[in-house]
Amino acid sequence: MKKITHFGLGLLLSSSLVTAHADDVKIGMITTLSGGGSHLGVDVRDGFMLAIEQSGRDDVNVLIQDDANRPDLARSLANEFMQRDNVDILTGIIWSNLAMAVVPAAVRQGTFYLSPNAGPSDLAGRMCHENYFNVAYQNDNLHGAMGAYMREEGYERPIILAPNYPAGTDALAGFKHLYEGEVVDELYTQMGQTDYAAEIAQIRASDADSLFFFLPGGMGISFMKQWESSGVDMPIFGAAFSFDEILIKAVGSAAIGARNTSLWAYDLDNEANHRFVEGFREAYGRTPTLYAAQGYDTANLILSALDVAHPDDQGAFREALRAADFDSVRGEFRFGPNHHPIQDIYVREVVEGDDGEPTNRLLGIAVEDIQDVYFEQCQM
Amino acid sequence: MSVTLLIEQLLNGVQLGTMLFLMASGLTLVFGVMGLINLAHGSFYMVGAYATAAVTASTGSFLVGLGAGIIAAALVGALVELIVIRRLYHRPHLDQVLATFALILIFSEGTRWIFGSSPMRLSPPSWLTGFVTLPGDTRYPIYRLMLIGVGITVSIALYFLISKTRLGMRIRAGESDREMIGALGVNISKLYTLVFALGAGLAGLAGALVGALQSVQVGMGEPVLILAFVVIVIGGIGSIKGALFGALLVGLVDTLGRVYLPIFFRTFMPPSEASGVGAALAAMLIYILMAIILAFKPKGLFSAHD
Repeated sequence: MKKITHFGLGLLLSSSLVTAHADDVKIGMITTLSGGGSHLGVDVRDGFMLAIEQSGRDDVNVLIQDDANRPDLARSLANEFMQRDNVDILTGIIWSNLAMAVVPAAVRQGTFYLSPNAGPSDLAGRMCHENYFNVAYQNDNLHGAMGAYMREEGYERPIILAPNYPAGTDALAGFKHLYEGEVVDELYTQMGQTDYAAEIAQIRASDADSLFFFLPGGMGISFMKQWESSGVDMPIFGAAFSFDEILIKAVGSAAIGARNTSLWAYDLDNEANHRFVEGFREAYGRTPTLYAAQGYDTANLILSALDVAHPDDQGAFREALRAADFDSVRGEFRFGPNHHPIQDIYVREVVEGDDGEPTNRLLGIAVEDIQDVYFEQCQM
Repeated sequence: MSVTLLIEQLLNGVQLGTMLFLMASGLTLVFGVMGLINLAHGSFYMVGAYATAAVTASTGSFLVGLGAGIIAAALVGALVELIVIRRLYHRPHLDQVLATFALILIFSEGTRWIFGSSPMRLSPPSWLTGFVTLPGDTRYPIYRLMLIGVGITVSIALYFLISKTRLGMRIRAGESDREMIGALGVNISKLYTLVFALGAGLAGLAGALVGALQSVQVGMGEPVLILAFVVIVIGGIGSIKGALFGALLVGLVDTLGRVYLPIFFRTFMPPSEASGVGAALAAMLIYILMAIILAFKPKGLFSAHD
């Protein structure tokens, strides 16, 4: 934290305050720290900074700015970082629409961008770039994995629900792609909708045997609470975006029993993950979400590449990133040809924890080595 | 389409309408009496929800929390009126919009400072969970029925307050001639504070009730605020009766549109396209409604200042 205020101050006054050495590395983080949905950005930041602190390196300067979930602001922050602060690496953006506003221009200007969350299909396919790396997931991954899982579990008549915006329609398309069967119906809600009585009544009136939904952030909380009080008896499935540790605590008992796909779980059994979860709980007093895990992995990937080369040596640094030679908290991790992860997707179930609060429990692997479908459109 | 689904959706529409009325009535009163455009009305909605969530969590009683939420929102409203709004009455609308927009930012960030950026938990009490079976085998959540009940009660209470009491007489007088009522010796600044606190309290009540059904988080008031503005524009700015009709109309049109437009498009389009087109059109429906009504009645259905 000291480091942040130190360099925040340096940013404000002038760069001469920061006695930066020529071979120091500057990382600019643009993330959502205020307004609705800011717990995602806070967790990415905290996970990222934990990894930097654990590494004990003092030649990595992280500058952090809040984009307030506004594409225009994110874009001007990125320009500031690149032109005034001369950062070597950009990272941090949470939302796909903000990533689309910032990433293409940034990587064209020769800055590296590592995504700790957003993975829009365009950046994985036709707009991919050699300086762009996604350390989290391609947007379809978790939805597709849930489609495959539900098929395997024998659900034959799912009804599916998402908000009517690009990531929502992508989510349902991703689900259907790997579910490979007929769905009873697909419902689209408005973006930011808070009342789902009409949709729940339709689900009740249908003859579906299961529900899959993608409603990120507060939308998911509203839906789950109203779902519980409606008395519809149907198993529910979703991606981890509606079931992170912070959201399910706000939902309460309504979340119990829901199954969700995630690229990581806090009870995943591996050395790197133990170190991460324990360190995070100690430093911040809460259980990390998948966003924190993604931030942590992003930082560790950068650190592993810095051991090999300085970002000024673009070719060598890029090769080092591509090798992904770091201990990921999610186990196996490697990059596909479009710099997007090839990784296992897990299934978790929301259960009542020891303290009576809902929490996620790892059930197993939904799909091994999942890869996005856009890599063939990518020409680097 | 089955009759039960229609009955259920009608109830849902009425329920959405009554909650919108709680928001819109305060907004329209403040505009009608003081001529002030208050964008920060959604912040009182948020204050009510957060206060209710915090007090419910510490006392364990939803009713105590609800009371605290209404009082907190009304108090914050009164304070805001005394400190900021008071200076805006004689300013042009643009200044009012700017100042109250600043208030939104201050309230949102202030709430985030105090309660953190994670959404808070607020659930209906156990005696209001579950559902009742209505005639025709329609199952309906008790909590939503209760919301309709509260909305109707508040509407009746407001009607009596405005048409039968001395305070209501002054509010009506303030609506029709602001300067004259001051000249007649009514303490106009006290009246303004009272009306503002009343509106804020109603918004807080709506926020607390709806918060238990949805999520209590920073910025929860703004989407509702937009709908509330649509309601008062449709109903006629400054008119409580207009707010009631406008709210019910918007609630019903929005709910029924969301359900039946995709079904309608499905009769001649492939299902997945019909869902997308139907949902997109449903999202625009209330604004289309507003445009049509304004085309024929530029001052809204029940304008207070004819």
